Amino acid sequence: MKRVYVNEQWCLGCHLCEYNCAFANSGLSDMAKALRDKPIFPRIHVEDSGKIHYAVSCRHCTDPICVKSCIAGAISKVDGTVKIDREKCVGCLTCVLVCPYGAVAPGPSGAAQKCELCLENSCGAPACAAGCPNNAIVYEER
Amino acid sequence: MKEHYIYPEFEVVRNENRCIKCRVCERQCANEVHRFDPDLGIMISDEAKCVNCQRCVSLCPTHALKIVKSDCRLRENANWSDETIKEIYKQANSGGVLLSSMGNPKPLPVYWDKILINASQVTNPPIDPLREPMETKVFLGKKPDKIRRNANGELITEIAPQLELSMPVMFSAMSYGSISYNAHASLARAATELGICYNTGEGGLHEDFYVYGPNTVVQVASGRFGVHKDYLEAAAAVEIKMGQGAKPGIGGHLPGAKIVGDVSRTRMIPEGSDAISPAPHHDIYSIEDLRQLVFSLKEATEYKKPVIVKVAAVHNIAAIASGIARSGADIIAIDGFRGGTGAAPTRIRDNVGIPIELALASVDQRLRDEGIRNNVSLVVGGSVRSAADVVKAVALGADAVYVATAALLALGCHLCRTCQSGKCNWGIATQDPELVKRLNPDMGSRRLVNLMDAWRHEIKELMGGMGINSIESLRGNRLMLRGVGLTEKELSILGISHAGE
Repeated sequence: MKRVYVNEQWCLGCHLCEYNCAFANSGLSDMAKALRDKPIFPRIHVEDSGKIHYAVSCRHCTDPICVKSCIAGAISKVDGTVKIDREKCVGCLTCVLVCPYGAVAPGPSGAAQKCELCLENSCGAPACAAGCPNNAIVYEER
Repeated sequence: MKEHYIYPEFEVVRNENRCIKCRVCERQCANEVHRFDPDLGIMISDEAKCVNCQRCVSLCPTHALKIVKSDCRLRENANWSDETIKEIYKQANSGGVLLSSMGNPKPLPVYWDKILINASQVTNPPIDPLREPMETKVFLGKKPDKIRRNANGELITEIAPQLELSMPVMFSAMSYGSISYNAHASLARAATELGICYNTGEGGLHEDFYVYGPNTVVQVASGRFGVHKDYLEAAAAVEIKMGQGAKPGIGGHLPGAKIVGDVSRTRMIPEGSDAISPAPHHDIYSIEDLRQLVFSLKEATEYKKPVIVKVAAVHNIAAIASGIARSGADIIAIDGFRGGTGAAPTRIRDNVGIPIELALASVDQRLRDEGIRNNVSLVVGGSVRSAADVVKAVALGADAVYVATAALLALGCHLCRTCQSGKCNWGIATQDPELVKRLNPDMGSRRLVNLMDAWRHEIKELMGGMGINSIESLRGNRLMLRGVGLTEKELSILGISHAGE
């Protein structure tokens, strides 16, 4: 299965992926309209520490602990992709607590959200990888 | 002493309706032009630091930025241009020699643009390169003058060592130090994939790149940095650098601050010491001396590799080339006055040397007149910008061309011409690890290969139009060229007729 991978060696810490992610999941066609003067809720986060930068998003684990921990049954794995049903989520954020990668975070409505590989939005493939200026984020089979 | 204030050359124009304050511009500018002001909640620009490298413009996700030339000008004066006056202010402030990078930007004639290429009509058929085979492969080196046979009448087939290139283009010399590790990696990988050569420049060969040896030309320059037996043996050819088009007659100076880690090890000089390449080779004061170095290098490499002698195009280039052709060198590389550099005194870059087109034509003619053209191959560089320039160069007599600026552009260079600052935002002309990593060689080599593939297609199209199916048949075929808007003298030096003749 194709997944989002990050090559730390090439990550510049520019944070463009966060903005491309937030835009891709905004449902709008204009980036400025979608993101200007608003807090953003990206599903990928660049961790910076001095000169080290690393973008973190859902690994779509083989045996996802978030799925097991969800008290509302909102998280499921469909065709290899771990998904959150926003309607079912009760916002307890247990998934945020248990994710070993820190890849789950509350979204604007309070429900948990995470990378779903842009398969449901208009991009069709991860916007973070498509917009990465240095090929640090790749979407590939490994 | 308070310095004369000089109004910034560029202005940063930000479309506030588009800016989402993602701060990518701030994070990507090594010159620290952009800054987010948390109190005001807006992005602020310090335009005095902007070099117009366009990194922020390219990466801005909403295209909210543009860099424009400032219109705050001094009073118009056809003699004292704005630039000239500001250079005077800078020198009055600093007392220093003005430094510049990349090629001569002055509006001096570009002869490539005044030369037009022929095509076949009616009496001789053009060739469609998509349907018929087309040869772009060239061999550089000494060619035999006549057929030789041994005592039994059999052909003697051994010839001097040759450099085989899949197309008549090589990446010219750029040292590790002047450009980054990742830029070198991109060039080396691309040259290998393309079946051409790249050139180490005078900074030695990084240990990681020995695997690309069969596609590497190693340079021996006046500083002799990084030259040792393995270095010479690793290469496909050895180049003696006598001069460089951007700065004929002067040497080089890589400041000690850049001689760190791998650069120091590769150059074989202590960390922090300035790498000074003298203007002359201290052992070469004549063609005879040059001959000694040529043969020293041949001896060291067991006569298996061609030796290139690279010179800048200067006034007596034909006589100089004639001497080099008799020195035992296999290939002469000539670098024109528009060739690039990582740093050169502005006055030298902009005022010394001659156009490569004229140098090439006169050298090729001189070597033919003297019957020694087969002694050497000719490679020319100094702003070969397109496949059309390559075809014109070959028709004027070149065996191949050197390209560097075009290659750097493919790697992301935006020709801001401030390489000397060492803060290249594109990860090319810098040794800062944070900036070097901006050039991912996977992407860099791919873009170089794409560029050369495109040129190869265009070269074939242009050759096909002329009804020529091999680059060898184009070499020195000046009947395929015509000049426009050139004087009798220029036409006679170029050895071509005027359009309409």
